[in-house]
Amino acid sequence: MSLLAEPAVGARSRASFREFVDTAVAPYADRFDRDQKIPAEVLRQVAGRGYWGAVLPATDGGSGMDMVTLGVLHEEIGRGCSSLRSLLTVHTMAAWALRRWGTTEAREHWLPGLASGDTLGAFCLTEPAAGSDISLVATTAVRDGDDYVLDGVKQWITGGQVADVFLVFAKTERGLSAFVVDADNPGVRCTPVENALGTRASMLAEVLFAECRVPARALLGAEGAGRMVATAALDLGRYSVAAGCVGILQACLDASVAHTAGREQGGVLLREHQLVRRMISDMVTGVQAARALVRRAGELKDGRDPETLTATWIAKYFASTQAMRAATDAVQLHGASGCADGHPVNRYFRDAKVMEIIEGSSQIQQLTIAEHAYETASGGHS
Amino acid sequence: MPSDARGQIRDFITGKFPGVEFADGDDIFTLGFATSLFAMQLVMFVEKTFGFEIGNEDLEMANFRSVDAMAALVDRNLDAVSAGR
Repeated sequence: MSLLAEPAVGARSRASFREFVDTAVAPYADRFDRDQKIPAEVLRQVAGRGYWGAVLPATDGGSGMDMVTLGVLHEEIGRGCSSLRSLLTVHTMAAWALRRWGTTEAREHWLPGLASGDTLGAFCLTEPAAGSDISLVATTAVRDGDDYVLDGVKQWITGGQVADVFLVFAKTERGLSAFVVDADNPGVRCTPVENALGTRASMLAEVLFAECRVPARALLGAEGAGRMVATAALDLGRYSVAAGCVGILQACLDASVAHTAGREQGGVLLREHQLVRRMISDMVTGVQAARALVRRAGELKDGRDPETLTATWIAKYFASTQAMRAATDAVQLHGASGCADGHPVNRYFRDAKVMEIIEGSSQIQQLTIAEHAYETASGGHS
Repeated sequence: MPSDARGQIRDFITGKFPGVEFADGDDIFTLGFATSLFAMQLVMFVEKTFGFEIGNEDLEMANFRSVDAMAALVDRNLDAVSAGR
């Protein structure tokens, strides 16, 4: 069901991604959610498909996927399992940032594994006191000879339980800086975080850095460039989350159409009720519009257009709020069964709420998008 | 659009913030209108307009704080490209 035709190459890619999700991911996603982990075998299958290194160029061992196609991939994975999509999101952010601004030594050391999926990456920015406001990051990195020594704690780290390498943000003398840190560094300790509201299989962890010594080659960009690295990586993460939200929307629509077309109450199928049709039509509109916004953001990224940053904010804001709305309606349409533990729409509902918070809350997005409106209204670019 | 790097950079900034006045040597971040989001837009603008990637050693705020700093960054990188480095 698509009102907007997809280019032939994109359609072929989507068919391939969909086949993988429908056979290896979606049928098991409720079990992943209940077990609060993605089995290693599934992570290996993702590696076999080249999805971990999707955005890395072939010269670095990656798949060399363009951003529009990456959006389709993360939409399809998100349709099946938001937790797996979350793992792909943070891995992609770490790998992409390292590829862009890691030292030559660091790229040679870490990129081959990140491209193949033998090494999993995660993104360590959030702290107990630093969420939307990254100026409040308290983790420190102190220069000591040829090394830096990191101390601090990071919270809500997606993939923290299984990651092999972290992209870590810490304060140095010259401001916020970004470092790549091996998870098996003796100064790193990970504590699993369980029973979160949503994306329960994303293997969240709290990550403690205690006298964690890393070589200077671990620094991305110059000292003090961490805010720029974070802004760029979060833009990519936001794009991935937006795409994943389109997947949640599609999953809600698919489940709701199937359920209301087959369930009879009061002598008529649910689909015959006008109020049901209103919810279905809102889902159809939401998924088509969100998909178009994500595609637009991806096209701007592929064209290296600076406007992609604003386009991505808009796409993520719209897609995440529409996903929450669709998931709420999907549970409503399924009635009591939709509230049951283990029902997919129950999971979509919990996962959708998380999407309105991560990679910039809806409120932060509203402030940013409104600021852009005032800038453009005063004669700037549109 | 101006043919020189300095003019193109200035045009990009004034296009985004048309009501703001600043000199080529002014720190646009301490003037208060530019944000970290805009810093990344500057990185993308420079890369797209002048055809090179901002590498590890050039990713620092000092290179994007003023029109002068960005023009110098562009000159250095274009010189390196033409020298085959």
